[in-house]
Amino acid sequence: MKFTLNIWRQPDAVTAGKIHTYELDEVSEDMSFLEMLDVLNEDLNAKGEEPVAFDSDCREGICGSCGLMINGEAHGPEVTTTCQLHMRSFKDGDSITIEPWRADAFPVVKDLVVDRGAFDRIIQQGGYISVNTGAAPDAHATPVPKDKADRAFDVATCISCGACVAACPNGSASLFVGAKITHLGELPQGQAERDTRVVNMVAQHDHEGFGGCTNIGECTAACPKEIPLDVISRLNWDLHAALRHGK
Amino acid sequence: MPDTTNTFDASHTGRLDDEYDDAAGYYVDGDPIADTKAPGGPLEERWDTRQFEARIANPANRRRLSVIVVGTGLAGASAAATLGEAGYVVKSFCYQDSPRRAHSIAAQGGINAAKNYKGDGDSVFRLFYDTIKGGDYRARESNVYRLAQVSRNIIDQCVAQGVPFAREYGGLLDNRSFGGVQVSRTFYARGQTGQQLLIGAYQALERQVAAGTVKCYTRHEMVELIVVDGRARGIIVRDLVTGEIETYFADVVVLANGGYGNVFFLSTNAMGSNVTASWRAHRKGAYMANPCYTQIHPTCIPVSGAHQSKLTLMSESLRNDGRIWVPKNKADCDKDPRDIPEEDRDYYLERIYPAFGNLVPRDIASRQAKNMCDEGRGVGPEVEGVRRGVYLDFEEAIGRLGRDAIENKYGNLFDMYARITGEDPYSVPMRIYPAVHYVMGGLWVDYDLQSTIPGLFVTGEANFSDHGANRLGASALMQGLADGYFVLPNTIRDYLAEGPFEKVAEDDPAVVEAQESVRSRIHQLMNTNGTRSVDSYHRELGNIMWEYCGMERSADGLKKAIDLIRTLKQDFWRNVKVLGAAETMNQSLERAGRVADFFELGELMCLDALNRRESCGGHFRAESQTEDGEALRHDDTYAYVAAWEWAGADEKPVLHKENLTYEFVEMKQRSYK
Amino acid sequence: MAVSGLIFIGFVLTHMYGNLKAFGGHDSFNEYAHHLREFGEPILPHEGALWIIRLALIVSLVVHVACAVALWRRAAKARSVKYVVKKSKASSLSSRTMRWGGVTLLVFIVWHLLNFSIGKINVQGGATDDPYNLMVDSFDVWWLTAIYLVAMVALGMHLHHGTFSAAQTLGLTNNDKARRNAKAAGALLAVVIAGGFSLVPIFVLAGVITK
Ligand SMILES: Cc1cc2nc3c(=O)[nH]c(=O)nc-3n(C[C@H](O)[C@H](O)[C@H](O)COP(=O)(O)OP(=O)(O)OC[C@H]3O[C@@H](n4cnc5c(N)ncnc54)[C@H](O)[C@@H]3O)c2cc1C
Ligand code: HEM
Ligand code: SF4
Ligand code: FES
Repeated sequence: MKFTLNIWRQPDAVTAGKIHTYELDEVSEDMSFLEMLDVLNEDLNAKGEEPVAFDSDCREGICGSCGLMINGEAHGPEVTTTCQLHMRSFKDGDSITIEPWRADAFPVVKDLVVDRGAFDRIIQQGGYISVNTGAAPDAHATPVPKDKADRAFDVATCISCGACVAACPNGSASLFVGAKITHLGELPQGQAERDTRVVNMVAQHDHEGFGGCTNIGECTAACPKEIPLDVISRLNWDLHAALRHGK
Repeated sequence: MPDTTNTFDASHTGRLDDEYDDAAGYYVDGDPIADTKAPGGPLEERWDTRQFEARIANPANRRRLSVIVVGTGLAGASAAATLGEAGYVVKSFCYQDSPRRAHSIAAQGGINAAKNYKGDGDSVFRLFYDTIKGGDYRARESNVYRLAQVSRNIIDQCVAQGVPFAREYGGLLDNRSFGGVQVSRTFYARGQTGQQLLIGAYQALERQVAAGTVKCYTRHEMVELIVVDGRARGIIVRDLVTGEIETYFADVVVLANGGYGNVFFLSTNAMGSNVTASWRAHRKGAYMANPCYTQIHPTCIPVSGAHQSKLTLMSESLRNDGRIWVPKNKADCDKDPRDIPEEDRDYYLERIYPAFGNLVPRDIASRQAKNMCDEGRGVGPEVEGVRRGVYLDFEEAIGRLGRDAIENKYGNLFDMYARITGEDPYSVPMRIYPAVHYVMGGLWVDYDLQSTIPGLFVTGEANFSDHGANRLGASALMQGLADGYFVLPNTIRDYLAEGPFEKVAEDDPAVVEAQESVRSRIHQLMNTNGTRSVDSYHRELGNIMWEYCGMERSADGLKKAIDLIRTLKQDFWRNVKVLGAAETMNQSLERAGRVADFFELGELMCLDALNRRESCGGHFRAESQTEDGEALRHDDTYAYVAAWEWAGADEKPVLHKENLTYEFVEMKQRSYK
Repeated sequence: MAVSGLIFIGFVLTHMYGNLKAFGGHDSFNEYAHHLREFGEPILPHEGALWIIRLALIVSLVVHVACAVALWRRAAKARSVKYVVKKSKASSLSSRTMRWGGVTLLVFIVWHLLNFSIGKINVQGGATDDPYNLMVDSFDVWWLTAIYLVAMVALGMHLHHGTFSAAQTLGLTNNDKARRNAKAAGALLAVVIAGGFSLVPIFVLAGVITK
């Protein structure tokens, strides 16, 4: 297969970037999207041009490192991560535009690499249950109804990739925050800090410069883990409850 | 997988003659070592004894005691969080952009713990016994017993943190049986156990960041260890965003940098998994133990072409229902498998091991798949002239149980397979091939998890401690969290009780020398201006390792591999091409540094494999097999840990042996027929 | 914002009900308009209830618009560098046009008030003191009806997403089913309200409703 690649190149955080166009031949449909970029990079390296920087680590769709805007779609045309996208999802001769996630809270570091530290800082504001090592009761001390445990698991599968932010017309991270609020809020262990958690995490979310949610739903469509929109409803519910409780 | 260890005729385990010193000339004999920190006495009291004897650092002093933790996987994040809670000043490093992306995130199957929640006869001793046996009698009894003991606390801790383990309808935790043991002791969170455990540890870590006890340095790669007056006192890191070389000091350094399976280039590890942190420590005096012990997993998705960048594991539960075969005739190998009639198929595992069939242990299943492909009967695309794949066929199972039943059991695995290969496994047999998955070898540590450099502790996959020559499924997660939450915090305090140590001067000769060596290495990599890319070297190294130090190793092959690696390494330093600048993000430079260390590690792995003329666990020496081609251990000669000391760039490594003695279990040879 | 939006929904529903009185003829419609002013008497003064409603609406409008502006500005700041290519995958057109749709509604409301309430403009130059006649005169003019219908499309779209969005904002859609219901309610309200409002002008223009 043959492709025309329009790739955002930006030397570092402060220098302006622009789209560069490359032609790439002999791509196999069995290649993952990132392997296709590996091949491009080998090509560039041979030609003496610096390879394109992009993030990836596990290449199994679980670490959340990878994430590219591919022809205007976060993680590309399939419901999966960029690393699990394969070239057979494209047509021979296609032209593919590749950009980094765009959000001011995710500044570009280089080429297609962005800084998602804002997510860590949001978690720092309450995305946990406070229990020191060794202070835990026996695991069977508190049964958790299966449906609650399952729901907590479903939303805990968020990989922190940032596709929701990238896809959101408002640049909001509400799906990410809602997923954590719901995960911990479903479990009995998470109740004690439920009010402060939501208030502080939302405050940090806003402080980082993410946009406000207007429930458009692009996030959930882009989410490789199919986190549903109802986590945002849950986030709002908890937030109102916390405000009612005077937090 | 079934339990396969039966008592085996002990006459096979006889002493080997000294003439079999295959590695003679490649190494120098050193003094034997002992793990002096493990207390004696009854097995079940040793850990309590050690915890009691280990000194406690004065709580008021802790704010002045600093700890560096390299790595934020299960082993690193749990340690950093716990040490932060205890009040130490912790600096945590990882090369990813967030601590939560460490490769522990990828573990699927589950985590073992001797909770006996199923009431099926599990106990601490049984988990201990299974682990020792599974490790083919090459692990320490004291360590493994402690691991089994604290396994129970891990589950309590994780549940309290909000890890959403699978539950039964009654609301209690569910368990499954995993990796060929007879009891159900594996806790799991669907197929994402590692992810959920790591998120738990990560959240605990971020909580400490908010509390101000831990500072996280993401996208920071450790490139050198600082040893002052014989103690580990800091690290040198490269800020992967700015390219800056930074120096950090502490009273103690903990390495939790994971496994080095990527020395094979293709493995189930993450792209960035590397040995650099361990290797730099090794070069500064930390011994490397049993580096050749590698676990190769039989059910991975095969290589599809020369572009392949990594391999994907599929749960080995697939072997419960799938039948493995290759065509009887080479001529059939490129045919559509559905057109090959039953009588022309060779269900080789069922043929060779009628008792266990497709459920033989990982190493056997892996080795036989290789044999079939070496014979030229592999299937799938030809990569570099050989077809590397065998069929895993569900036709019979679908016929017997129905498509729905198969979909229920394996739906997500089938989907993953279909996404990666573009083939529908419900109608066309899957193709599988073994891949490097885990390394049992690592930096040598004592019972306290301290390396041979005082003040350097090692946890998780990076150390060699608990799995012997082979790791049981679902035990790596257990070990990582045991080390980080419960063992290290209790042993490191003994060391820290002596601190705070004298402040290291910025211009201490050891510091300056370390910084200089880092700079000159980077300078050299950036200015070689050769013609070959880093990846091409890594790929070639991987091929050598896979060919000669993979599933089956022989003296001739290993010697050849050592020569090939040496030549390749020389060529690398003369001809590698790294573009861009060192003063910005430069992913080629990152990889170049890692590959440079992999060369040296690869050589040592081959040497270790060459020295160990026996087959045990994940290590199979062609020269040491039964008449039927099964692994043959030599307990009289090789019941030791091989701990290698770095002697210098062009010097022969020094071999220190730590003898393994078994007081509580009897050594037995395994058999599967 | 959700609360103000819901107040609007309540208002437009009632308002639509009133408008449909036009089908009852001149007297029925005017009586309704008159009744609005007497509602609540004698507890409240003349036009008292109407003013309370007006006040609530004005406050809601201010809050609603202020929130909308704030969200708009935050969104602009959250992504200052735009994508070269950006596709919409799953969102409805109405969800993506809330802002411009809202602006359309605002402009329309101003015109609408000038037309029928504060200004009482009769473009045909006829009487302005008879609500029914003013209405018929207005919608007899094709372009006034056109403006009105465009606004109703905007309103319908705004409600289509707004109803669901308000439910989300209030935290009422915590599962699949509730989410589907809220979306269905949005679609229903959009059709009923926009459709209901559109009937009168269309029938006037078509000559069914006459003076
Ligand atoms: C696909 C797969 C499936 C698995 N499934 C299971 C399972 O079901 N059950 C089980 O028990 N085990 C399983 N394992 C094994 C298990 O996941 C690992 O052994 C374990 O998670 C290792 O944890 P760790 O904390 O030691 O290292 P890792 O999680 O690998 O973390 C290494 C850390 O070190 C950092 N690091 C590395 N080098 C440097 C450096 N130079 N400078 C700075 N930081 C550095 C990294 O950033 C990272 O944070 C699986 C492994 C794989 C690959
Ligand atoms: C009759 C008039 C109106 C009705 C019935 C109405 C109703 C609603 C409702 C129910 C919402 C959802 C609230 C939420 O998600 O919390 C909403 C949102 C919104 N409204 Fe209105 N509104 C009206 C007028 C206006 C006007 C005049 C503007 C002018 C600027 C406007 C702009 C917006 C915007 C920008 C939103 C954004 C929130 C989103 O996209 O979900 N609306 N409206
Ligand atoms: S919610 Fe989905 S899209 Fe957003 S960070 Fe998590 S996994 Fe990625
Ligand atoms: S590289 Fe880990 S999710 Fe894509």
